[in-house]
Amino acid sequence: MAEITGIKEIIRPENLVYKRTKVMTDNILSYCPGCGHGTVHRILAEIIDEEGLQSETIGVSPVGCAVLMYNFLDIDCQEAAHGRAPAVATGIKRLLPDKFVFTYQGDGDLAAIGTAETIHACNRGENILMIFINNGIYGMTGGQMAPTTIPGMRSSTSPYGRDVKIMGNPLKMTDIVATLPGTYYVTRQSVHTPANVRRTKKAMRKAVQYQKLNRGACFIEIVSNCPSGWKMTPVESNKWMEENMIPFYPLGDLKTPPEEPASNLKPEAK
Amino acid sequence: MERELRLMKGNEAVAEAAIRAGADGYFGYPITPQSEILEYLMEARPYQTTGMVVLQAESEIAAINMVYGGAACGKRVMTTSSSPGISLKQEGITYIAGAELPCLIVNVVRGGPGLGTIQPAQSDYFQAVKGGGHGDYHLIVLAPASVQEMADFVGLGFDLAFRYRNPVMILSDGAIGQMMEKVYLSPQKERSKKVPEWATTGKPPTRERNIITSLDLDPKAQEVFNQKLIAKYDEIREKEVRYEEFQCQDAEYLLVAYGTSARVCQKAVQLARVEGLRVGLLRPITLFPFPTARIRELAGQVKGMMSVEMSAGQMVEDVMLAANGKVPVVHFGRMGGIVTTPDEVVENLKLKIMKV
Amino acid sequence: MAKVRGSIVVDIEKCKGCEVCMVSCPTGTIAMAGEVNSKGYNYAWPANPDLCIGCANCAMVCPDGVITVYKTKI
Repeated sequence: MAEITGIKEIIRPENLVYKRTKVMTDNILSYCPGCGHGTVHRILAEIIDEEGLQSETIGVSPVGCAVLMYNFLDIDCQEAAHGRAPAVATGIKRLLPDKFVFTYQGDGDLAAIGTAETIHACNRGENILMIFINNGIYGMTGGQMAPTTIPGMRSSTSPYGRDVKIMGNPLKMTDIVATLPGTYYVTRQSVHTPANVRRTKKAMRKAVQYQKLNRGACFIEIVSNCPSGWKMTPVESNKWMEENMIPFYPLGDLKTPPEEPASNLKPEAK
Repeated sequence: MERELRLMKGNEAVAEAAIRAGADGYFGYPITPQSEILEYLMEARPYQTTGMVVLQAESEIAAINMVYGGAACGKRVMTTSSSPGISLKQEGITYIAGAELPCLIVNVVRGGPGLGTIQPAQSDYFQAVKGGGHGDYHLIVLAPASVQEMADFVGLGFDLAFRYRNPVMILSDGAIGQMMEKVYLSPQKERSKKVPEWATTGKPPTRERNIITSLDLDPKAQEVFNQKLIAKYDEIREKEVRYEEFQCQDAEYLLVAYGTSARVCQKAVQLARVEGLRVGLLRPITLFPFPTARIRELAGQVKGMMSVEMSAGQMVEDVMLAANGKVPVVHFGRMGGIVTTPDEVVENLKLKIMKV
Repeated sequence: MAKVRGSIVVDIEKCKGCEVCMVSCPTGTIAMAGEVNSKGYNYAWPANPDLCIGCANCAMVCPDGVITVYKTKI
């Protein structure tokens, strides 16, 4: 008994249940400890791996913390100007319609400077996946107020908390794009617990399938944390997010497509 | 195959030439005086014939970024606009230059600054030739002086763009865009199936991933990249200078003009010659690279030079640099969308250079 | 009765010690090491390896993808 349960006996290839996907490079992620960006990168890489899409994928990274995404994902990647990723992705997908094309953008990129590009790519029904990391702050430039900073939330440019009378209201971009005829699947998820990670991954897998079927724009918001910008420990930031961000940005599907006939869908990958 | 003769507007010629050159994609946004390009393409529907993508974007900014995306896939893609729209595209253009992507941009220039006028001008020379966006970069700039050249420079532009992995701009103006002339059109070329090795098309197991970016956080690496760009621009300066001379052989006075102004100056040279004045014209066809060496040479021959532009005087600075103080260099030009007349040119040549 | 035993391997050098895995572990297997890695982070490690059930929750939430999980039935 003792021999069988020894750690050496368990750590064997045949007992492997989870390991980092090879679609992630060996580079150490440039994100702060506990940042959701890394988790989302990993889920995305796992989906690309499991769906056999590495040779079919072209990603578009934003300006923001994820600007160096191409260092961490072992896929062909383009770096877009701030906010322009949906237009860049439109160019890619129109020229290479059989490829899997996604954008990965933060809230400043997608919901402030890139609002027009986001709305119009969604409204045209571009067959792309847009992944929207909403942590309510400009992380890379040092924690300034974002278009999604919730009322009362502190940042370096709203040091006394966001006063909507002066600074305007947070923008619920996902709710907006869900109303557009060009979007097919719109959902809001998070990655701060194992269950939420699993749900996000499921949403991404659906988006991949829909893109293969040319159904239109798929949009996944991920409400995430920014421990450094929020000036909290990672665990505290996830708790704060649960108590403050998620009530304002409730998780779940905002636009659910009709059921696909089973014949259209590939059997679930392992 | 024989070249087809047609009577066309300059803008239409650009559109037709793009289809025939085997372009893969066009992304545009309406603005006067170049909207005919998008209109022509939408009517021609090349996506049903050659497979060329044509899309009206939500803004000039989106259009140039669609060009970025398509170009980074190794495709022959282009956009067109006019001055205010080209200003909006500058962010995208500097990223394209920084990511070393080939593409074609057409500017059918109108008068400025600001909203300016919808009439022709040449006041975007600085923007086209000296950078336009931020950072150290150059576009290859072609200046057509006829509807024929509007058509011919599309294919040439794509070739140069891919040869040097560099954005190319056709710097036209509202007069050439709107005028109708006969134009010989090249036969339809097939769209290229070649995929450049740097293009993002999905990473096969056989190669490393391709990354298209203009970012380098390491100053040393960034400087190495800047030096690489400089070397490329030097090679372009060495190999790609194009210009045309008109009666320069015995010239005592030289007019330097491009595009519409060059057409006016050609007539002005004839008028001056009737009066017995030995005037010649040098027409730069490439504005970057600029025919500096030839102008420097002519500075040893002539008594003075006049740069004729529909602007407050922009190219004149490059003519001065080329002449390097050997002879007086002056500028003459009309603005606000007014096209200079040949008589005005001769009159100002006498007044400003000959001092008669 | 079949019992499940698991084990995790942490890539210590890539761990940033964010503790997200620790709070996601249903059995209290993981703790933060008293020592630091070369970047100065107190890394995660299976302090109570016998408790691990190989559920992979820790690996799911790890932002840096540093955890490998094994599981076997005994």
